[in-house]
Amino acid sequence: MALHFELVTPARHVRSDDVHMVVVPGAEGEFGVLEGHAPFMSTIKDGAVQVYKTAGATPETIEVRGGFAEVGENGLTILAEHVEG
Amino acid sequence: MASLKELKGRIKSVRSTQKITKAKQMVAAAKLRRAQEAAEAARPYAERLNAVMASLASKVGGSDSAPKLLAGTGSNQRHLLVVVNTDKGLCGGLNANIVKEALKTANDLRGKGKDVQFYLVGKKGRAPIKRNNAEAIAKHFDTSDVRTPGFEEAEAIASDLLEMFEAGKFDVAHLVYPIFKSALAQDPTTQQLIPVPASEGDAAATKGGDALVEYEPGEEEILEVLLPRYVRTQLFGALLEREASEQGASMTAMDNATRNAGDLIKDLNIEYNRSRQAAITTELIEIIAGAEAL
Repeated sequence: MALHFELVTPARHVRSDDVHMVVVPGAEGEFGVLEGHAPFMSTIKDGAVQVYKTAGATPETIEVRGGFAEVGENGLTILAEHVEG
Repeated sequence: MASLKELKGRIKSVRSTQKITKAKQMVAAAKLRRAQEAAEAARPYAERLNAVMASLASKVGGSDSAPKLLAGTGSNQRHLLVVVNTDKGLCGGLNANIVKEALKTANDLRGKGKDVQFYLVGKKGRAPIKRNNAEAIAKHFDTSDVRTPGFEEAEAIASDLLEMFEAGKFDVAHLVYPIFKSALAQDPTTQQLIPVPASEGDAAATKGGDALVEYEPGEEEILEVLLPRYVRTQLFGALLEREASEQGASMTAMDNATRNAGDLIKDLNIEYNRSRQAAITTELIEIIAGAEAL
């Protein structure tokens, strides 16, 4: 039911959580990642990543810069150079 | 034999040296823990990036359109050594070892008829490398004005290097930095930085079914973004290793110095007591001799 979401920067491991959905500002448009998403890799535009803890909850936004997203069997991993907040 | 007063002065001076080395040792021990934590915190990012890089590079690497950062300039003549030294001393043989490794690599390359240039990070490598290679130093990068070098510094160094690479100033860059093993051992290592070495083998192992992975925008575009990032991460890692190595080496060196000072004080004290005793004995003999003469 849950998507495993990790946010990593060079300086630290920012987040490692099970969440409902994450909306990522991909280089070619935003995309939402739910559990069981097909393997996918994309660069990320500088902007806000929205994390939905549960369905319908108000999203928590995290500003990232210089990011890269990878969706695999074990969930979504975002590698970002800078994270604000 | 030195006079009592001289001995006393020396004991005092050694004792104050010992205080300094002891303080530096404790500071280094505290900083070491933090530096180690920082180095560990950086590891997941580097590992993930390496895995992604490896799987992408193995796909794109063979084609002609592979980016320059991966394929190289096609020539192998001009080498750049990026030498990461510390900014502060009092860390034993660490900097000497790094410089030795760098010069050894430089000599090897020169022996093969290559041109070698240096890009120096940190203050302590400058003087010894400059001595024999004054004209081969491309640039100094100063990290002494920040307390703990972070990702910003790594970014600055990386963009400097990439600019030089784009301008065709060098073909191959190597990174020379100390790898922190323990407080007692730091290994200076040389590693190829540019072109990004294609890691072979474990790419396929880490990801089984990546034939299905979709790429957006495209594999090559992603690779193009990731390559500079990889260089930055490598440099950042090197800076963190340097930080941990510096503190570790400093702790060990200062521990030795403190112990040495302790031994010295003990010896000086014995000497001091002996000469004091000798002086008293002489005085007594004189008094007794005087009394007997009466």
